Amino acid sequence: MSDMNLTLKVWRQKSKDQKGCFETYKTLASEHMSFLEMLDVVNEKLERDGKDPVAFDHDCREGICGACSMVINGSPHGPEKATTTCQLHMRKFKDGDTIVIEPWRAKAFPVLKDLIVDRGAFDRIIQSGGYTSAATGGVPDANSILIPKERADEAMDAAQCIGCGACVAACPNASAMLFVGAKVSHLANLPQGQVEAKTRVQNMVTQMDKEGFGNCTNHGECESSCPKEISIKFISKMNREYLGALSHVQKSAAAE
Amino acid sequence: MNRDCPAQTSIGKKVLMALTGLMLSGFIVGHLLGNLTIFAGREWINSYAYHLEELKPLVWAARITLLGLVTIHILTAICLTIKNRQARPVAYAKKEHQTTSVGARTMALTGTVILAFIIFHLMHFTFRVTHPEISNSLDEHGHRDVFKMVVMSFQRPELAFGYVAALTLLFLHLSHGLWSLFQSIGLLGERTLPVAKKISCAVSFILYLAYISIPLTCYFGLVKV
Repeated sequence: MSDMNLTLKVWRQKSKDQKGCFETYKTLASEHMSFLEMLDVVNEKLERDGKDPVAFDHDCREGICGACSMVINGSPHGPEKATTTCQLHMRKFKDGDTIVIEPWRAKAFPVLKDLIVDRGAFDRIIQSGGYTSAATGGVPDANSILIPKERADEAMDAAQCIGCGACVAACPNASAMLFVGAKVSHLANLPQGQVEAKTRVQNMVTQMDKEGFGNCTNHGECESSCPKEISIKFISKMNREYLGALSHVQKSAAAE
Repeated sequence: MNRDCPAQTSIGKKVLMALTGLMLSGFIVGHLLGNLTIFAGREWINSYAYHLEELKPLVWAARITLLGLVTIHILTAICLTIKNRQARPVAYAKKEHQTTSVGARTMALTGTVILAFIIFHLMHFTFRVTHPEISNSLDEHGHRDVFKMVVMSFQRPELAFGYVAALTLLFLHLSHGLWSLFQSIGLLGERTLPVAKKISCAVSFILYLAYISIPLTCYFGLVKV
């Protein structure tokens, strides 16, 4: 087992309103550790020394919950493609490396403490999307709603989004359009999502704008940072859905 | 939920950028076709310029439309850029870029320089105030000698290479802008996205080569007065 000496530059910020700064820590790490386990070791030492441990978000540690969120050496979730921070292993680093660790940087994601940001903006966008109407009553027959394979696949590709916010973190404009595109598209591709499809896309885009995210300028950085490899084709899909919904929503507003 | 006017939303503004960009790209193609008549000789380009000026009301309508398109394109770009800068108040200490292109990252810069170039270009060839000594001669029909004006202008290295430099920036701007506009109006999908990127680069490069052929051939003496 080969241990490596690492120098970490970690963003430390006591609370939302206080100014933060980078602090440097030296640590030993095994190549078998995950990135978060490496930070756990750093935190154990900090606690032993009576210091405040580095606060970071984490939950499932198996790459599906979307909680872990840090920019590692300039890339959200680190340098590995299609990998969340918790699934990033220290064997991807070398002895003597300096690793810069920062929180997601976006106005809509204020830093709460150290590496933890408030991603409530994403929750509010999801909430603004509302519900899908569902028939109550007896259980429908299996396969009573036919969905072409390609549509089902595309809906599932969009539904892979774990809402981690790496797209916003990676975007030079801190835009949330990949996230919103994925969330709009996954329901817009399925018959179950059709009833409210037009108001849903309008409401989600309005909420996205209200949260203070930037605007997509088609850099494609979101797609290459997304741990679930969600394609920017969903941004195009969202734009299409949004434009298609304009006349409908104006009509319904007039009727109100 | 209270909704803004569609043109005020993020997607609405992107669509405005896309549609004005598309129409301005159309002008770039048309303008090129007209310019290329220089290779058919003095008669052709002078007669093209003469007939274009004969259509005065239409030319002015086109000019006002173009001015409107450019204004919308620029004002919307300023709006979006301000919003984008505000969206990340604290910059990263270290940031890696993975896929973005030079064209994409310099849209605001290339756009600004292209605006300055357009103003100079109008002063140079349309209103003929920068180089009156070579811009106001007439040909044997008593029409404006556009051929002579263009060729003699581009015999000067600062003008020839200044135009090539400005057109290089236009190429960068278009290489990102052309495919982006179709993405913004929601026309691209899984199969069309990579193709659109390649076509966008190819089309803007062909336009670039065709445009710079004029100052370069004049400068190197392949087209002579």
